[in-house]
Amino acid sequence: MSSITSQEIKVEFLKSKIGITGVVILSILIFTSIIVIVVIPVDTFKGWNNPENWISYPKVAIPVWINLFLSEKIPEHRILDTPNINYGMSGDILIITHQFGINFDYDDFPNDFIYEFSTKYSGTPLLQMDVIRPDGIQLKLLSTSLPHSDSNSIHSERIFSTDEAIRKNLYLQSNKFLFSLSNLSSEDIIFSKTENHKPLKGNYIFLIKMYGNNLENQIPESKLIIGGKAFGMMGTDELRRDLAMGLLLGTPLALFIGLVVAIASVVMGLLYGAYAGYRGKKTDETMMRFNDVIYALPALPFLIILSVTVSNSIFMMVGFLMLFGWVGVAKVARSMALQIKTRGYVEAASMMGQKNSKIVLRHILPQLLPYAFASIAISVPAAITTEAGLSFLGLGDPSFPTWGQILHDANVYGAAARGLWWWIMPPGIMIAITGLAFVFIGNALDAIINPKLKR
Amino acid sequence: MITLLITIALVGSNMDSILKQEVAFQIRSEITENPTISKSFSSVDEFESFIQTQIEQRVKTLGLDEPWYSPQRIGLTMYKILFLDFGHATFLTSDSGSSDVREIILEKLPRTILLFTTATIIISVIGIFLGALSGSKVGSIIDRITSSFAIISSSFPVWWIGMLMIFLFSFMYQIFPARATPLIPSSDPSYIGSLLYHMTLPLITIIIIGFGSWAYLVRNFIVGIMQEDFIIAKKIMGINQKKIIYTHALKNAAPPIVTILALSLSGSLGGAIITEAVFDWPGMGRLYFEAITVMDLPVIIGATYLLTVFFLISIFVADLLYGYFDPRVRTG
Repeated sequence: MSSITSQEIKVEFLKSKIGITGVVILSILIFTSIIVIVVIPVDTFKGWNNPENWISYPKVAIPVWINLFLSEKIPEHRILDTPNINYGMSGDILIITHQFGINFDYDDFPNDFIYEFSTKYSGTPLLQMDVIRPDGIQLKLLSTSLPHSDSNSIHSERIFSTDEAIRKNLYLQSNKFLFSLSNLSSEDIIFSKTENHKPLKGNYIFLIKMYGNNLENQIPESKLIIGGKAFGMMGTDELRRDLAMGLLLGTPLALFIGLVVAIASVVMGLLYGAYAGYRGKKTDETMMRFNDVIYALPALPFLIILSVTVSNSIFMMVGFLMLFGWVGVAKVARSMALQIKTRGYVEAASMMGQKNSKIVLRHILPQLLPYAFASIAISVPAAITTEAGLSFLGLGDPSFPTWGQILHDANVYGAAARGLWWWIMPPGIMIAITGLAFVFIGNALDAIINPKLKR
Repeated sequence: MITLLITIALVGSNMDSILKQEVAFQIRSEITENPTISKSFSSVDEFESFIQTQIEQRVKTLGLDEPWYSPQRIGLTMYKILFLDFGHATFLTSDSGSSDVREIILEKLPRTILLFTTATIIISVIGIFLGALSGSKVGSIIDRITSSFAIISSSFPVWWIGMLMIFLFSFMYQIFPARATPLIPSSDPSYIGSLLYHMTLPLITIIIIGFGSWAYLVRNFIVGIMQEDFIIAKKIMGINQKKIIYTHALKNAAPPIVTILALSLSGSLGGAIITEAVFDWPGMGRLYFEAITVMDLPVIIGATYLLTVFFLISIFVADLLYGYFDPRVRTG
């Protein structure tokens, strides 16, 4: 095996199609993770488990692109935060108008709508909310006075579509509809045709007006959320988290775990095995017995025990995975070292009085490098799936959104039985793709090192 | 043995504190339940100190005052375990309500054997035939499909496929139930049928994921053997291809295959912790997981010990079979 030079490996590798596919997938993944690390701020990363960050997102929303395949369009979740702002005067009263336009082109009613705002005022301004429908009908939704304040103060509020006042106002205008409005929620009425209870498509305009006699009144923040059942590229989960974000954040983590564990355990195994093989005799015997002991340990139960008793931080987990990863490599490295040791140049080197460590590092290890690369590539998927498995059991580091963690949440909320495929499929596919990339590379290298299998 | 030592070392300290807390709790409740004792004290301090001394006494009699790593306690534990006396589980109970670890394990083990050992046997049979087939026709379509399937299936986590299967077959087309545990009590005559029905989904999942890598392994052995001189000689003699593969090549590939089979059979007894969690299969894997999460030391030790024993036995059996199939390793 040692007759292959690195140049030959490169040439052979470029010839193998799987190898190149693997490298291409891997570079795409690495590219994504670099972008993720650079573009996504640390706050988003830390805020993954904070429900407050996700409050304006919908619950278990299906990915948006699914609408391309459906004849009946599912309403998209819309967050409108750039209103058209107008200031007007009527006498000495200042009227601030915020106008939200939405093109509603779906075959189902939205879930709800929420108007989220914060105002700066003094006195007792009046807030009025209207909607102009595509058929020209203007519905009054709400007209309420904000709490009185003498000085200039800030007031934040959320107005929900479930508000009783909105419902009452709509009932008062029930003569515009040809069917009974009882037991319908406000969004079902607003977005309905007048003749029957079907969604009316077209442009809706939501008008929010604030009347006040203080000229310094302002609405600095104003956001209208039309709650839908579809959101984003990958949908959202039960805790309203954007799954696309989770998948992206998981990429660098998975690569980090896989690569660090694989490289570290292969290097450990190589050094251990090569040294044992080179020294031979009693050293070899004791070192290999120790190896056997670890080999006989059931890995997964021990990983679980370790993560329960010691710590479940992601860095400790990497360490634990390493503990069990080096054993197999050490065995092979030892048997290869036994062969290499008998070569003339190694004997010559030892006769010249070179130090053991130098012989192992200079003369034996370089011969094992091709094997090392192949086994690194092959052990990466194992590390990733093991970590994902532990996270899936709920033993992972909860502060890091790994793919296993997402799947764990999916399982906890019964995503499989509820048919929430967009919650289950993507993380698993990502795990599999990452694994495949490394397996492809590993197999291509393996075929070069062991030409016997290639035939 | 060493596995056990490490297990005890890892969970020992936690276990001790749990046991001590339990003793303290027991004594407190015993005393408060008995009003005559609590009435006989004049002040709260006195009462507290009495409880404290009681607890210390109890701890001493149970031998808990010595640390868990003291030779006496470890020796005692090891000695008991050797004779399969695992003691009583602290938290978990078997379905029939017994807390004897041996009974719990004996209850879970058959279920795991039913699912995982069956799956392993089916996997190995499919794998050996498919491997032999593709190994004899290297480069053919079957070979390519098998190899690529093996590579692809090895990078999918089994439990994820399990979730997908649940999604497909119990949500989309409601053929199989999502939970693998039957709802009828085990005394019911239709229990076995229902159990088998509930078992189908996990069984299919495990087989789909498993047989690819088996076939790939066997294929690689066969490819190696097909290049040996004696096979080529047989080919030249005109013996038909099928006979060569199934009698001569497979017999020569047998030693490593038997070793792997023995190991995977004994490994299957432990069940797959995660797969059992997904399918909610009440076997050894889930027992293990539950025991670890609540730190039920006797159960953890019992299960680990049993699995290690099976592991050693299967290595031994594999070695014997190795000698039978490959006479070269038989010595004097």
